[in-house]
Amino acid sequence: MTEKVEEVIRYDVPSPFCGIASDDLTVSIIGQKVKVLENGDAYTSPGFETPITDRAPRVNGKEVTLAVAVEHTAKLLRKSKQTVISGLATDLNGARAAMALADKGRATVDHMNSRAVFKNTLVLQNTGWMNTTLSEVKNRVDMLLIVGSDIEAGFPRFFERIIWPEDTLFDQDIESRSIIYLGKGPSGKASTSPEGKKAEVMLCDDADLPEVLSVLRALVAGRTINAQEVGGVSVTDLAQLATRLKEAKYSVVTWVASMLEFDHAEVSVQMVCEMVKDLNIKARSSGLPLGGKDGEVTVNQVAVWQSGYPMRTNFNRGYPDYDPYLSDCLRMLKDDEVDTLLWVSSFDITRKVPASKALTVVLGRSGMTFDTEPAVFIPVGTPGIDHKGRAFRADGVVSLPLRQLRDSGLPSTFDVLSAIEQAL
Amino acid sequence: MLMKLTGGRIYDPAYGINGKVRDIYVDDGWIVEAPSDGKVLQELDLRGKVVMAGAIDMHTHIGGGKVNIARTMLPEDHAADVVARTELMRSGCGHAAPSTLTAGYRYAEMGYTAGFEPAILPSNARQAHMEMHDTPIIDKGGYVMLGSDDYLLRMMAANNDQESINNYVAWTITHSQAIGVKVVNPGGINAFKFNQRKLDLDEKNSFYGVTPREILLRLARAVKELGIPHPLHVHGCNLGVPGNMNTTLDTMNGIEGLPMHMTHIQFHSYGTEGDYKFSSGAAEIAEAINRHKNITVDVGQILFGQTVTASGDSMHQHAGHAHAHPNKWVTMDIECDAGCGVLPFKYKDQSYVNALQWMIGLETFLLVEDPWRIFLTTDHPNGAPFTSYPHLIRLLMDKTFRNEVLSRLHPEAQKASRLASIDREYSLYEIAIMTRAGAAKLVGLADRGHLGVGGAADITVYTDHADREKMFSKPDYVFKDGRIVVKDGDLIDVTWGTTHVVKPDYDKSIETSLKVYFDKYLTMKMGNFKISDDEIVDDGRGSLTIQPLHKGGRI
Repeated sequence: MTEKVEEVIRYDVPSPFCGIASDDLTVSIIGQKVKVLENGDAYTSPGFETPITDRAPRVNGKEVTLAVAVEHTAKLLRKSKQTVISGLATDLNGARAAMALADKGRATVDHMNSRAVFKNTLVLQNTGWMNTTLSEVKNRVDMLLIVGSDIEAGFPRFFERIIWPEDTLFDQDIESRSIIYLGKGPSGKASTSPEGKKAEVMLCDDADLPEVLSVLRALVAGRTINAQEVGGVSVTDLAQLATRLKEAKYSVVTWVASMLEFDHAEVSVQMVCEMVKDLNIKARSSGLPLGGKDGEVTVNQVAVWQSGYPMRTNFNRGYPDYDPYLSDCLRMLKDDEVDTLLWVSSFDITRKVPASKALTVVLGRSGMTFDTEPAVFIPVGTPGIDHKGRAFRADGVVSLPLRQLRDSGLPSTFDVLSAIEQAL
Repeated sequence: MLMKLTGGRIYDPAYGINGKVRDIYVDDGWIVEAPSDGKVLQELDLRGKVVMAGAIDMHTHIGGGKVNIARTMLPEDHAADVVARTELMRSGCGHAAPSTLTAGYRYAEMGYTAGFEPAILPSNARQAHMEMHDTPIIDKGGYVMLGSDDYLLRMMAANNDQESINNYVAWTITHSQAIGVKVVNPGGINAFKFNQRKLDLDEKNSFYGVTPREILLRLARAVKELGIPHPLHVHGCNLGVPGNMNTTLDTMNGIEGLPMHMTHIQFHSYGTEGDYKFSSGAAEIAEAINRHKNITVDVGQILFGQTVTASGDSMHQHAGHAHAHPNKWVTMDIECDAGCGVLPFKYKDQSYVNALQWMIGLETFLLVEDPWRIFLTTDHPNGAPFTSYPHLIRLLMDKTFRNEVLSRLHPEAQKASRLASIDREYSLYEIAIMTRAGAAKLVGLADRGHLGVGGAADITVYTDHADREKMFSKPDYVFKDGRIVVKDGDLIDVTWGTTHVVKPDYDKSIETSLKVYFDKYLTMKMGNFKISDDEIVDDGRGSLTIQPLHKGGRI
């Protein structure tokens, strides 16, 4: 006879999986089993519900104790000439421990989503921007321009939570909100208003988006365009869009960097951000970069305040040395510059460790699978399920306290990385 | 372990001690009475040395969203001052927007043992505390920003009574773990979201119909009635605008005698006289400060060179974006709560305006008579990085040096300033008031800023060097909570300071309406907004110190 395990219901649970940190979840916990009862989505529900499978750390495929795995990792790091700490899908304290270890171990840090994140970071470092945050959008937006991104595919609850609320602070009729897609169109109906008003869509290929955006910016700035068409989009339509942006009281231009899948998309992000600045000469307009999954915002924030620099910083020479090209983890692995890879992935078991010749240590969520068994695998807890934590959401301003929902006994990334640092 | 600090010359203005030779006894982090049996375990000979409490920076942007935006934006500024790891210290970077770790080390190396972040947005308070948690050695704390948040403006538009505003202020300060309340461009950050580009003291917010003057009065009254020791911390209207001295004078007159701290007053003391239509209002402002005993100020001195300006004042940061150097800048609207703006800036000694700003700051320091009501700041990093404090102290203490620097600045600016004719030199006692006793009193730190029995053993020991910049750059010893953390200007130990807060009482019923507000309009739940005490303690390195309220505080 097994003792019946009581079901515990938790309310207002924050999600570290969805990027916009929805914190209105109702979650059921029965022993080790977690289920999202209300307000889950395609990222959040699997995120919470992934079952625990592995518990024991492995060295070269053989189960060992945590202490042995930690000592073995420390041995690998001591011998390493070029360590990269990447993946870094973790929470605040995981990021702190990773930075401390990188500093001590003279490693390079990078995040699994850096290719996307840097499309924004490079703009911030080069020209800056005028951005806004989710609650401002929720209450103020009268025109939402979505650039090159199918928002609901990545952020299923964005429209429900932010664009179509029942109440707004300034008594706006939310049906009057204009939603315009430029580039990609929506894959579903989330952008359709509660009363059925569909989003407007101005389609163009990704490859043409940079040119379309540059013409739109020129039109906003009052320049004359002689062409009739750009990237299949009528210039007259773009001129109308420019006029509407200028007339809007609080337009918001949003994009998902990971969905801008063309070379040098940072230049297009910059075009958007500079257009927003131009709009603010007379009107109010703001950018809203969407992202924030896998701890990408949290980890960049911690890296910046602890070292002065975001990801793609190396500590080889004993001090932080930032290079967004040279210290790109994927490039380094591809060019065989890494002898030891420490990969942290505590949220999503579908994220794969990049293939490389480097000796690989994985601190991963229980249930992760590998094409090649890593030298060391240490199952770690997931922040917000197995242990407390804190995580930033997409806008980089608001961070939420993550809760412990069950007592799985899995160590946190902070615990493991701190132990490795101690052993170095 | 009982330690005796023997024979130092003590400057302890909290007790009126001005350079008297005394012994100090330290035990377990605190200053204690001389042991009755005379037995001590360790003795440090401080004969001939100058001894003060650890210095307190009452306004320094050391943590939070806009500081981290500034850091992200300035890789080229960090590159000139990267800091290598040592056995003791983590690596990092210094100068305009230093890493948290380096900031803590460098404050300690200058004899500072506490710093207060002046602009904690409620919606971003968690981040501010995370960053301050990663700032070693010094104690920290901060002032929570109100005054452009839609919740307060709605209450004011609905003519809610003072008691309900007091409740809201107390609730916010408690759950954002702050020690004071700040208002930045009162109502102006909010007005900018409605596309207003300026907001004078008596100008109405276009949506709420509320004026900055009313906001200041409501918040200043709340702070006083709640018994919060730190007066309302005010970044006034019209920052940086020529002619803003009149707004500043009106603001002082309009506060009806309530305690008010006017921050970085230098940026609010500009006239419009002369060929450049930019002149010093320092004399009039200082005269008004001298007259209004309810007013305290910090200066926000500028010093020449590259820095970065990071402010909650999105309205005026946007207005100034053409001055960004290098040419990149950020503004943000934030969470129906506040905003921010970040602009790198280079103050040039051959710019008329910048040179005059330098003079206006120093004129203010020298013309305000009561050192208990004026504080030494550069509004780090907005006027200059905090690492320039020793230089600034020398400018205040050494007229010859000051006038020598002055003589090299923009010649027209020299003619527009009376600085050269001011003879005053600050004494060590006055420096100790401004940076220790006065600052502790202003912030509301009962156990810091003095060397009396029962005080924390945060102590700085200097060699009395005629070159005050040298003296204040490299203390002989710095004690933090009784431990020697700096010797001969170098860090020898790393400790982690406490977070100072106040916890005013509030009526729990306010949460009924706040919960509805969070659920309807915001994007996080009220329960998740609150920062627990555990979050401050965090991995065990942090701690919370609850400072006493003034007696008679009420909701």
